[in-house]
This record gives sequence, C-alpha cells and structure tokens, in this order.
Amino acid sequence: MNLALRDIRHNASRFAFTTVGIGLLLMIVMGMGGIYRGLIFEATLLVDRIGADLWVVQGQTRGPFAENSRIPASLEDRLRAVPGVARSRRFVSHALQREHHGKPLRLMVQGLAWPDDKGEWVSLIAGRSLGLALGEYVKFGKDRYRVVGITGGMSGIAGDGLAFFTVSDAMAIQFDLPGEALRLERAARVGRSENQDLGRTQPLSLERAGGPTSTLSELAPPQVSAILVTLQPGTNLDHTVNLLSAWPDISIHTAQQQRDLLLSGTVEKSKRQLGLFSVLLIIISTIIIALIMYTLTLDKIHDIAMLKLIGARNSVIVGLILQQALLMGSLGYGLAWWMGHYLFPYFPRRVLLDTPDLIKLAGITVAISVLASLLGIWKALRVEPNTVLT
Amino acid sequence: MNASPQQPAIEAIGISKIYGQGQTEVIALNDVSLSVARGEVIALLGPSGAGKSTLLTAMALINPPTSGRIVIDGVLVMEGADAKIDLRTFRRQHLGFVFQKANLIPFLTALENVQVAMEINDMPVRAARQRAMYLLDHLGIADRANNLPDALSGGQQQRVAVARALANQPNLILADEPTAALDSHRGRQVMELFAQVAHESLAGVIVVTHDTRALDVFDRIIEMEDGRLLDG
Ligand SMILES: Nc1ncnc2c1ncn2[C@@H]1O[C@H](COP(=O)(O)OP(=O)(O)OP(=O)(O)O)[C@@H](O)[C@H]1O
Ligand SMILES: [Mg+2]
Repeated sequence: MNLALRDIRHNASRFAFTTVGIGLLLMIVMGMGGIYRGLIFEATLLVDRIGADLWVVQGQTRGPFAENSRIPASLEDRLRAVPGVARSRRFVSHALQREHHGKPLRLMVQGLAWPDDKGEWVSLIAGRSLGLALGEYVKFGKDRYRVVGITGGMSGIAGDGLAFFTVSDAMAIQFDLPGEALRLERAARVGRSENQDLGRTQPLSLERAGGPTSTLSELAPPQVSAILVTLQPGTNLDHTVNLLSAWPDISIHTAQQQRDLLLSGTVEKSKRQLGLFSVLLIIISTIIIALIMYTLTLDKIHDIAMLKLIGARNSVIVGLILQQALLMGSLGYGLAWWMGHYLFPYFPRRVLLDTPDLIKLAGITVAISVLASLLGIWKALRVEPNTVLT
Repeated sequence: MNASPQQPAIEAIGISKIYGQGQTEVIALNDVSLSVARGEVIALLGPSGAGKSTLLTAMALINPPTSGRIVIDGVLVMEGADAKIDLRTFRRQHLGFVFQKANLIPFLTALENVQVAMEINDMPVRAARQRAMYLLDHLGIADRANNLPDALSGGQQQRVAVARALANQPNLILADEPTAALDSHRGRQVMELFAQVAHESLAGVIVVTHDTRALDVFDRIIEMEDGRLLDG
C-alpha cells in the first residue's frame, strides 16, 4: 500500500494549496524562459524571414538595428551589377507612435521594395496584431492608408507590431513634415540659393529650390536604411563580402552577423535578468517545498516513530517523504504548464514555450523536489522509535 | 529462530537501567533477570514508577538497558546498550507490541493499520489484507475496518492495535497496560486472546496490567517494586 498517497489524502487541502502555490511559482519560471525565447524570436524574426544574404548599410555603422543607417537608395542598382548578386532591395524601417481611436498605436514601419518584394514572406494570418481592422483607414503624414491585410505574429525587437508599406510610402511617413515647415524650408532654400553664386547665375534653379524636396534628387537623394542583397545560388558568400568590403562608402554584414548583433545587445541583458529571476524563483520554490515537507514530516513524526517501532525499513520512511515531494513537484509542474498555456497568450509580449526548456525545467523540478525532501528525511531518520512512548 | 519449545522465548539477564546522571539519576531497573517460556503468559504488576514499562521496552528492543543481556530465542540481541543484531528487522519479524495508547497511524484505516505491519514484513498485499480482515473480525471490529482511527472509540482503536501486534505471528508479544481503555469485559477478551495466541503458536506474552480481575488468565504473575522483581 502506498503510504504517501494515503497521507496526502488525509492532508488533502494543505497539500493542494501548497501544490497550487508551487504551480504558480513554476509557471512564472516557465514564463521567464518563455519571455526570453520570445525576445529572441521577435528580435530575429525580421532578419530570419526577410531572406537576405547580405545587409549593406551606411559605412562605419552596424546597420538599422544598431543605429541610424542612411544610404542612398540608388545603391540598389550598383549592387545589382555585382557578380553573383541575384536580387537587391531597399529596406526601410523606423518606429512610430501615434494615437488611434484615443489609444496609443506603436508600430514599426516596414518598407517593402514593391514590386520586387511583394511581402510573400509575411504570413497573412490573424493573430497578434496591431489592433487595426481589415479595411480600416489610418492617417500617417499627408496620406490615408487602408489596411489590406492582417499579419500574424510579426513583431520587431521591441515587441511592437510590424506594419508593412511600400518603401516610398515608408519614406514619405518617415520624412513627413507639416505644411508650414515645408513652406518655411522651401523659402529658406530659395533664400540660401539667392545669396549664392549658383542662384544668381542660374535663376531657374531658384524655381526648382522652391519645389518639393523629393524632386531635388541632386540635393537630397532618397535615403533608405539598408539595401538587402540576395545572392545567386552557388555564389560564395565570403567572396562577395570581400568584394564589397572594398567599397569605402558602405559597410556590409551577413544575415548571421545581423542576427548576432540583435541578440548580443538588449536580448543578452534581458537573458541575464530573466535568468537571475528564474534562479531566485527556483530557490524560493525549493524552500517552500522543503518547509512544507518538513512540517508535514513533523506532523507525522510520531507515526514515523511508530512505523520504525514495528520495524519499517528506512526505505519505507524515505519513500513516504520523497514520493510526496516528487508528487508535489510534478503536480505543480503540470499545473504550471496547464495554466501557462491558458495565460501566456494574453501576455503583452510573446511567451514562447520551447520543448527543450520545458524538459530542462521538468528536470529542475525533480531535482528541487528531491533536495527539498532532504530536510524532512533527515528529521525522520533521526527520530527514535521509543518517542512513540512519550 | 526455530528453537526448541524448551528454550525460553526471551531471557533478560541482569538488566539495569539508569536514567539521567548525577543529581537527576534514576535507577529504573536494578539487576533484573526474567525468563519467559514459549507459550507462557505472564502478568507484570507493580506500583507506579516500579520500572514495569522500562523493563518491557528494554525487552521490546526499543529502550536499550544500561547493562545486562537480552537473549531472544537463543539469540543474544542486546549486550548492555549495544545491539548485536539489526533490531528493527528483528522487531519486524519476531515481536508484537501493544501500548496504553493505540498509536495507530491516523491516515490509515483500521484495516490498513493492521495490513501495513505485514506489508513492511514483505507479505504480499492480498495475503496481508486477508489476514488483517481475519484478525479484525476475530476482535469484533470487522464492521469498522474501513474507518480512520479518528472515527473509532478508544477501545476499538486498542483492538486494532492488538490485531496489528498479532499480525506477523510474533514469537514474543509485549503489552503495556493494553486494556486500560477497554471495559472489563473487552479487557478480559483481549487478555484471553493473548493467552490463546500464546498457547496456540507458542509465543511468549508479557502484559503489564493494573486490572486484577483478569489475572486468572495468566500462567504466571510477577510483581515489581523499585526496579526489582519481588520473589513470589
Ligand atoms: N525517560 C525517562 N527519563 C528519566 N526517568 C525515567 C524515564 N522513564 C522512566 N523514568 C523513571 O524510571 C522509573 C520507572 O519508570 P517506569 O515508567 O518504568 O514505571 P512504571 O512501573 O511503568 O510506572 P507506571 O505504572 O506509572 O507506568 C520512574 O521513576 C520514572 O520516573
Ligand atoms: Mg508504565
């Protein structure tokens, strides 16, 4: 007969409450790991999905994920001429926060190099989204944009949803200025030109200076964040990198380098932060299980002495305590998993439960259950059978 | 342990027990020698503090004497406070105990309390269960077999404890005021049961009792005072 189960049945409510408590703690530990996996997923989502082999960015910079990167959009055409390059596209990305229906709307404006990049790699499924409805109109800058598709699970490194536009729209949103500012800037431009030799000798240019900025390609060529390069199959990546490294105006990074860059910064810090919290929670769980196992043992120390008196082996007594601790740990773990599956999807940021992480936590739970029962076992093994008589 | 019937069930030779030391020293047993034959039922009487419980627990191998030897079925088990064998295994296989309090395991039913004694002695679960039921039936509490001790009266609990003591068919049964919680009729029944078990399975039985009405059940009556056996 199983003594552990029979004792639990007798102390059912106390056992149940503690198990729920342990379950909640383990759920938080599980969630911490999930948040970390979620961070990695979100941070690298774009780099992984966009399918570029090389990221060409402003010279001496590490690209749009690290700092402001500005390179002329025309670089796209220069890169197409490089042997081995199958495809090159403009990449525009910037964060934006606006009010929408009285609520803050934070999004990452993501420019797609339409028609070259039609966004086939974006999964169009409903899910975690910006909260915009299909067909809804949103005003950014001078223009109104209609939502024509809802993506699922697309978010940037800060957890903000990605909003996809064409590159030119993304740029229009990025460089939008109020009408008055534009008028002032054009007037200032005309003023500057008038005072210069160019303006005096070429009066027609004054007319151009007073026009929209985008028509002044010589003065302000369109700037994008990066150019994405896809290589032809069979092209040597290192070879192309070496070739492009000779161009002094740009820096070049492989997709893997961009990935590492994204992970080494904020994510690495968050990892340590979450890891420390997890360790603390695991220690707390151990202490709680240990204390409850100890009190449960003290409560039945007389019965344990009686069992010894009638000749029970130590294995019977150790089994009684150990089985209870393991049961508490595994029920807590199961509860944590079950609750997590219902709760985590409602968390504001992605919580990804990774199977290897879950297995690791299961192992840790078993280990802390064993560890936590040691105090009770030590107490139980020390009790003399003749304490029954007192 | 299959010794001849002539061999004593237990022999206590020159047992002394001193509790505490210095100012608080108490000599609870003073050179006590006692031999119980197989099949013999002995009553141990004496005033409070005479040392009856001390002698009984020493012979039960749960309260080591300060000096003296204990021989059970021809095996030297204690020499002074030193155990010569694994006492817990020996208790499990050869001894049965009943105390003033029933000391039942509160989270086990009456049946399970008896059953567990046999299971820890490696009896298969089904056989243990059957024998437990048989013993409870024999003691008139079969109808309460599935109750937890909390739901049993003091006398019913004590009868479960008696069933537990008999479970492993011990060679020696040691009982310390087992009938204190029972009415005289039930008390007498328990004493008679001990006598019956002793005679049938050639076990030695020592019962500490204050109940002088049931003394006719015993083969021998021994009196104690101040840590010594009185001659008689
Ligand atoms: N654990 C102990 N520590 C110190 N002294 C003890 C201890 N146990 C018993 N004694 C003392 O030893 C003496 C014998 O005690 P014991 O319990 O054997 O008497 P008893 O004959 O069983 O008495 P009663 O009829 O009241 O049960 C008493 O003086 C008692 O105070
Ligand atoms: Mg006593």
